[in-house]
Amino acid sequence: MTHTAKLTAVSETRSETSGHPEHHVLAVTVIGDDRPGIIAELTAALASVGGNLEDSTMTLLRGHFAMVVLARTDATVGEVEVALAPLGESGELSVDVRAVRTREASGMPSADHSAYLLRVHGADRPGIVAAMAGVVAQHHGNIVDLGTRLGTDLYILMAEVVLPSGVDPELLRSDLARVARELGVDASLSDVVDDLL
Amino acid sequence: MPDLPVGSILQVVRAPHPVLATAGIEVDPRDPAIVQLAADLLATQVVSPGCVGLAAQQVGVAARVFSVDVSGHPKTKICHGAFVLCNAVIESATRKERGREGCMSVPDFTGDVARARRLVVRGQLPVTGEWVTIETDGFEAVALQHEIDHTDGLVFLDRVAGPHAVHPRRTYL
Repeated sequence: MTHTAKLTAVSETRSETSGHPEHHVLAVTVIGDDRPGIIAELTAALASVGGNLEDSTMTLLRGHFAMVVLARTDATVGEVEVALAPLGESGELSVDVRAVRTREASGMPSADHSAYLLRVHGADRPGIVAAMAGVVAQHHGNIVDLGTRLGTDLYILMAEVVLPSGVDPELLRSDLARVARELGVDASLSDVVDDLL
Repeated sequence: MPDLPVGSILQVVRAPHPVLATAGIEVDPRDPAIVQLAADLLATQVVSPGCVGLAAQQVGVAARVFSVDVSGHPKTKICHGAFVLCNAVIESATRKERGREGCMSVPDFTGDVARARRLVVRGQLPVTGEWVTIETDGFEAVALQHEIDHTDGLVFLDRVAGPHAVHPRRTYL
């Protein structure tokens, strides 16, 4: 499998640069036809090579199973691929394993950043996400969580946006409203407030 | 509730119809057209399976009128039966909890929305125009907030809790 060879090469390169092979973090991506038992089989296979699960996300995208999980393990990419091979044997699931750089940051905004929820919905047409994400990027906003849905005629975009300090959310709100009008969709940007109890 | 004329069953519009994003105008509850709209909302709601409320926007009219009837729903605690309110406003809303709600105008999805479970709403009855105060809880409180949102030109998608809070609606074959 040339694919495997390529992934192994990536793994080796990143392991060398990190300098902490004992802190090897692998990203495992699984995409394909949904059926009961995928997560049980995936996590059992990772456990069998000493994988300790870290962050993960899984959802169904119009019936397609889609999951990414980070696992910390001493096993190589090749060893993990061998352990996961039965999962992809039927051809209904595509499994990808690759090393990722170890990051201490959790990805959550720091205290001087502010989080907002962008909600967009309207008639489906090409370019809604590109246009709205483009506005966010122009204002140096970072999309840290995104979900989109397509209904019969309706397209929905929900995104959590983190703004660095010094960026005026009112200017972003105004530009989002202008682009939303041009697209013929409804858009709003509301504060995400953490209640620390 | 005052007696209403016989209502007609109206077609329910679906997002992204622009009327759903249009805030309703204040109405005269004694206006015969509004009285008829009130009757039509209840008549349409009654023939729509699982429907516990319907706002004027959902039948294509940008007006501050809606019907609610949570009678018999398993989540209902306090229940005021079938009624229509005009020009309703929320007086107080407390004890927010997150729940998953759907809408006839957004038929493909449900969404996780945080709404108050203790609610006081003030509005006018059709026909007489009498101002009434409704104090309720739980499911009826959620239904009232959902319908008042419609009269403000909002759907539940404008309230969902996060990027992964919109879900495909389960279909029963």
